[in-house]
Amino acid sequence: MALIRKKMVVQNKQGLHARPAASFVQIANKFDSRITVIRDKEEVNGKSIMGILMLGAENGSQIIIEADGNDAESAMAELEKIIISEE
Amino acid sequence: MLELKGIAAASGISIGPAYRLGKEEIIVPRESITEDSIPLQIQLFEEALIKTRREIIELQKRIGQEMGQDEAQIFDAHLLVLEDRMLIEEVISRLKKEQLSVAFIFSEVLKKYIAVFSKIEDEYLKERIADINDVGRRILRNLLGKERKGLEDLKERVVIVAHDLSPSDTAAMHKKSVAAFVTDIGGKTSHTAIMAKSLEIPAVAGIGEATLKIKNNDLLIVDGSMGVVIVNPDEDTLRTYRQEEQKLKGVTEKFFLVKDLPAITLDNKQVDIKANIELPEEVSAVKLHGAYGIGLYRTEFFYMNRKDSPSEEDHYQAYKYVAEEMKPNAVIIRTLDLGGDKFLSQFAIPEEIQPFLGWRAIRFCLARPDIFKLQLRAILRASIHGKLKIMYPMISGVEELKQANLILKECKDELSKSRIRFDKNIEVGAMIEVPSAAITADLLAEEVDFFSIGTNDLIQYSLAVDRTNEKVAYLYEPAHPAVLRMIKSVIDAAHNAKIKVGMCGEMAGDPNFILILLGLGLDEFSMTPQIIPEVKYIIRSVNSKQAQDIACEALRLSTGKEVEEFSQMKLREIIK
Repeated sequence: MALIRKKMVVQNKQGLHARPAASFVQIANKFDSRITVIRDKEEVNGKSIMGILMLGAENGSQIIIEADGNDAESAMAELEKIIISEE
Repeated sequence: MLELKGIAAASGISIGPAYRLGKEEIIVPRESITEDSIPLQIQLFEEALIKTRREIIELQKRIGQEMGQDEAQIFDAHLLVLEDRMLIEEVISRLKKEQLSVAFIFSEVLKKYIAVFSKIEDEYLKERIADINDVGRRILRNLLGKERKGLEDLKERVVIVAHDLSPSDTAAMHKKSVAAFVTDIGGKTSHTAIMAKSLEIPAVAGIGEATLKIKNNDLLIVDGSMGVVIVNPDEDTLRTYRQEEQKLKGVTEKFFLVKDLPAITLDNKQVDIKANIELPEEVSAVKLHGAYGIGLYRTEFFYMNRKDSPSEEDHYQAYKYVAEEMKPNAVIIRTLDLGGDKFLSQFAIPEEIQPFLGWRAIRFCLARPDIFKLQLRAILRASIHGKLKIMYPMISGVEELKQANLILKECKDELSKSRIRFDKNIEVGAMIEVPSAAITADLLAEEVDFFSIGTNDLIQYSLAVDRTNEKVAYLYEPAHPAVLRMIKSVIDAAHNAKIKVGMCGEMAGDPNFILILLGLGLDEFSMTPQIIPEVKYIIRSVNSKQAQDIACEALRLSTGKEVEEFSQMKLREIIK
């Protein structure tokens, strides 16, 4: 069991909305780990599209991803790819 | 007659009776439940979710087949909402805590989310509220065991009038029964707009009070290009729009059918249809519209909006890209046409009293061989990546042409010496846009491999008209007998010298003049990509003898207006 936290900046031009938000949630759901996304003081379930959309994380905003579970590391690696990809 | 203004969401014109799609009100009673029935309520909720999921997947499959995968993807977002853990967990925990019916709890949770999303300042997210609402309503209907009245059984083509349209609404419609969409809210990126575009029907969104002002079966004219809806139009308006509708509909379909076919007359005489571009990125539009190569690649943009001068490498990379993309079709690169109306910050060009008669284009390049050679070297280097041709603008006589070719030869010699490869047989042409060049075309033909007639300048110089001056703009007539005669003599001179002649001015892409130019024997027509399908259609509808007769007749007329009216009439006869 491991808990990893990582701070990153949303690079996607659309922000964490629309398609990027959908792919984020789809990928998060592939893993057993609990995924939490934090922005400012707001904390949401990373496996929930509603949660992610409610964060309203635009391009350039700073977020923290928390992954907690036995596959936390691979989950973090895949999720980071979406956050830092520009498309 | 009433005119409503909204946002032009999808272009086109449609006329049809209104069909109001009411805003569906689902009333959910606030019902208390006992603690014992909580498991049953949870089970009801799960069943409703499963049923909704099945419905959406089925819908997605149908949309995928009917309208393509892009549209079907809208429902991916729906499925995510449906499976959303936060939403489901919140419903279940509140159900246990508040002991109210699951339908009521669910509708409350849904309202809360929508309220939060509505506050977020984001155009895209605002539009997605419709998605969440849509799924939410589906779940609610399934929880309450209600069926939505379908649109499947519409018999005639109607204009759908609604407050807003959800993906489920549009999915339930059959393509054949919908003529247009009109909505109170929404914008250019709304689901209504996206769906209308994929169905290729017009849509006007964001009217505000469409549902208030329009009754069922009102006759509507929907002009999706202007963002206007006319309710119960008078006879005259209706007639005008009907003609417009017919024209648009028949016409674009017909044109697009032939866009990838060669431009060949009924008696098998082929001409080349090429595109004019300014930026390398435009090649995708060029290919999409079925051009056989590029007849005019303007290169001034390298110098626009920048303080420093572009390097040979900048030129080279752009030319290489265009050459490779257009291969095996040819690309005619026009060397710098600076000056006149195109001023530059990089060079200290003194302000001139008559810039159009001043130091510009080839005159400027010959005086600044450093800049000219940089471009010529880049073109030569890129020439091995496809088929490139060089064209000099503003040639007014043989000396200029000889000088330019001399500089070109220097560039070739330098490259050979440095063992850099280039196309040794690269073709060189002259733009014919100065009257003196048109009149001495026979002399110029000795020095080049092709001509391209630049009508914009040729007309302005021949008729002594600055068309940006509104007092004299009416004198700018492409079909003026002087212009026609000049074009004819250029084409004849080129053919006598056995070289090809094209045209890259606006006239070459004006449907009104295609028949005349074809009849005069023009070999290549170069124009903005979007007009290509129509021009091809015209050429494929006529035989060359007919076109020659039309050109002959046109040459006998004495004013530009007569020529234009005559050619319009002939065009109507031929393409009906």
